[in-house]
Amino acid sequence: MTTITLAVLVPLLPFLGAAAGLLLGRTAPGFVRPLAVLPPLASLVLAALVAAREGGDAAVDAHTELTPTGSVPIELALHIDGFAALVAVLVAFVAACVQIYSTGYLRDDPRYPSYAALVSLFTSAMLLVVYSGDLIVLLVGWEVMGICSYFLVGHYWETPEARAASLKAFLVTKLGDVPFLIGLFALGAEAGSFRITRVLDAVASGGIDHPTVIALLLLAGVAGKSAQFPLHTWLPDAMAGPTPVSALIHAATMVAAGVYFTARLLPLFEASRAAMVVLAVMAAVTMAGSGLAALAQDDIKRVLAYSTIGQLGYMTGALAVGDRGAAVFHLLSHGAFKALLFLAAGVVIHAAGTNSLAAMSRMHGLRDRIPDAYWTMTVALLALAAIPPFSGFFSKESVLGAAEHVTSGHTGHAPGAAGWIVLVAGLFTAVLTAAYATRLWLLAFRGRGAEAPDHGRQPLTMTVVLWVLAVPSLAFGGLAYRALPGWFDGRDLTPTLLTSVLGTGLALVGGLLTYGAWQRTAALAARVPLGAVAAHPEEDAGLVEAEAIASHAPAYGDIAYAPDPADPARLLLGPLHRHAAAGFHLDAVYSALFVRPVQAGASLVRFLDREVVDTYVHGAAAVPRLLGAAVRRAQTGNVQTYVSALLAGTVVLVVAVLLVATGV
Amino acid sequence: MHLAYPAVLSALLFCTGLYGVLARRNAILVLMSVELMLNAVNLNLVAFDVWLSRAAKETLHSGQALTLFTIAIAAAEIGIGLAIVLAVHRNRGTSDIDKLRDTAEGPDAAGPGTEGPGTPAAGKAEATA
Repeated sequence: MTTITLAVLVPLLPFLGAAAGLLLGRTAPGFVRPLAVLPPLASLVLAALVAAREGGDAAVDAHTELTPTGSVPIELALHIDGFAALVAVLVAFVAACVQIYSTGYLRDDPRYPSYAALVSLFTSAMLLVVYSGDLIVLLVGWEVMGICSYFLVGHYWETPEARAASLKAFLVTKLGDVPFLIGLFALGAEAGSFRITRVLDAVASGGIDHPTVIALLLLAGVAGKSAQFPLHTWLPDAMAGPTPVSALIHAATMVAAGVYFTARLLPLFEASRAAMVVLAVMAAVTMAGSGLAALAQDDIKRVLAYSTIGQLGYMTGALAVGDRGAAVFHLLSHGAFKALLFLAAGVVIHAAGTNSLAAMSRMHGLRDRIPDAYWTMTVALLALAAIPPFSGFFSKESVLGAAEHVTSGHTGHAPGAAGWIVLVAGLFTAVLTAAYATRLWLLAFRGRGAEAPDHGRQPLTMTVVLWVLAVPSLAFGGLAYRALPGWFDGRDLTPTLLTSVLGTGLALVGGLLTYGAWQRTAALAARVPLGAVAAHPEEDAGLVEAEAIASHAPAYGDIAYAPDPADPARLLLGPLHRHAAAGFHLDAVYSALFVRPVQAGASLVRFLDREVVDTYVHGAAAVPRLLGAAVRRAQTGNVQTYVSALLAGTVVLVVAVLLVATGV
Repeated sequence: MHLAYPAVLSALLFCTGLYGVLARRNAILVLMSVELMLNAVNLNLVAFDVWLSRAAKETLHSGQALTLFTIAIAAAEIGIGLAIVLAVHRNRGTSDIDKLRDTAEGPDAAGPGTEGPGTPAAGKAEATA
């Protein structure tokens, strides 16, 4: 088979798997698991084959026009360069891991067939985004991901949290998608084509007249999808979905779509210095704010969600300094270790019966119950904190190195200011990242207090996947940083000495500070008993997690916050803790800016409809009703009255006819 | 025989019937009054048929033929009418026309859909028989 046939099959197989899964889910339950697991695995093999054949050489391009579509043609096009080939391998890899993990995680879930089919559909949409060479086809995948995310976040739709979170995820990403759509149309109109290669040619030859407007419009969509400030608020709430969904959608792939899209069209963004500075500021605010918020979260998955936002901030930061190689490098390594973190967190939540770090810090020996999750999560957290031999170190240093390179101001493709913003924010975030990673590890695995409950061994499908994902988290960065430039733009990704020393030093500082704070506060934990455990800890992991999420707000007063004096973050953040736990009240701002005006508008419309429009309707009905009441009086029900009236009428008519006939 | 005699007689019969329909309370008497009116018409038909056939050589005697039809139909009609009256009487315990006022809309029943069937006795009886 040619490379192009293979590449077409990569997104097609999960799509067919999803269609078959949705059709056969009820009638043939035995086929559901194979249909869920095999297509992503096959896609993984095919994507790896495509990547091997492409090999970082010239991009594979193919296109066919299904039907003429008017002025700017829309074509089914593939554009597979090094970025696309590698990101597709990552997507298929994480999707396959998540599908295998889900067979164990949701093994007793009655809605597993539709769940698995939606995950497959989502995978197919993401692969379409990755391989597509046409912006409109890319948009199709982009929106399919949005709707799949809505359904999957709302998987536990019995709980109000999940319902609210799925709606919020959908609406907030749509808030970005509308400008994104307009931006795509403007871009297509100016470039005369939606093909990515032609658009990039037009950018290179200066054929785009309004790069700033287009870039900013596209950035809105990117911010919504990639959960960048100020459209990031949906991601922490989306943790109300099942953990595998968080791993696949909200860590490794969907949120990566925005970064990947920007990387593909980076020359367009580089054409506008304003857009690059906006991108840098967005990245910096996202990084620093999410780091502080992550430090204050009580729900283990919300910590990881804010950490995802922060790591995506690193990627947009790398894009803001014009180095898409570093951005996609970090995307790849982050995809692996963040998927691992989420999947391990799912195991932890199942074993502990709670998603609250405060409750876990009062459990002794949780790490002995789940050694697989303990060791793999340690690896992933070290990768997240960018400690040298782990993959996160190399990718993060490539970002910081690129920023440092730009600060000199001698580079044409990115403004020096962007370099400084990204570098400073990146170093500050390095401290925070290490701090919240350390806090998560200490609270989850070094708890003191009662013995952790024993719920038996975790399913094999779940633990094996953790070890599979631990391999790239451990080794991918170190092995790949020399080979990757050949696949990407050719820019060197080797860590520079200065930023490596600075970044690692700051990470160590953050980790040690947290450890010191924990030493001082951990003694308080015994004095303040706290914790609520899911009602059915023996059930399958999905149910335990749903119960844990649903019980967090009633047990601790808030979905993100727990009144735990033993939390080291309380000591580190001081008065900032309360605000950081609430995500710096951005939700309240949105509520004041958007939700309440919309609700006020709705009540105004309701008033107009009920009081004004309905008045006319009622008035129109009142007149016939009055006339009818007058006529009704004649209806006595006595037949003889009617006959008398009939006779009288006949007599009158006869007399009239006689008078007329005789001509009087 | 002069035409005036049967004409006057039928007019008297018709007026008697009319009075009965308008003034009697008992439904059976009302039906009987209707029969009176019908027979007044029959009498007219026969009388004028004889008069016309004598004057204008009308040989078909269509008036008399029509009378036979009217008698047949009247028999059927009185059968149905009496059956209805019987059914109403069984249901309501009365055949007093003044008390059978189901088609009238009471002061409280103002909404649509509360009007009764077309003719008072007929509709009710058909629905309940």
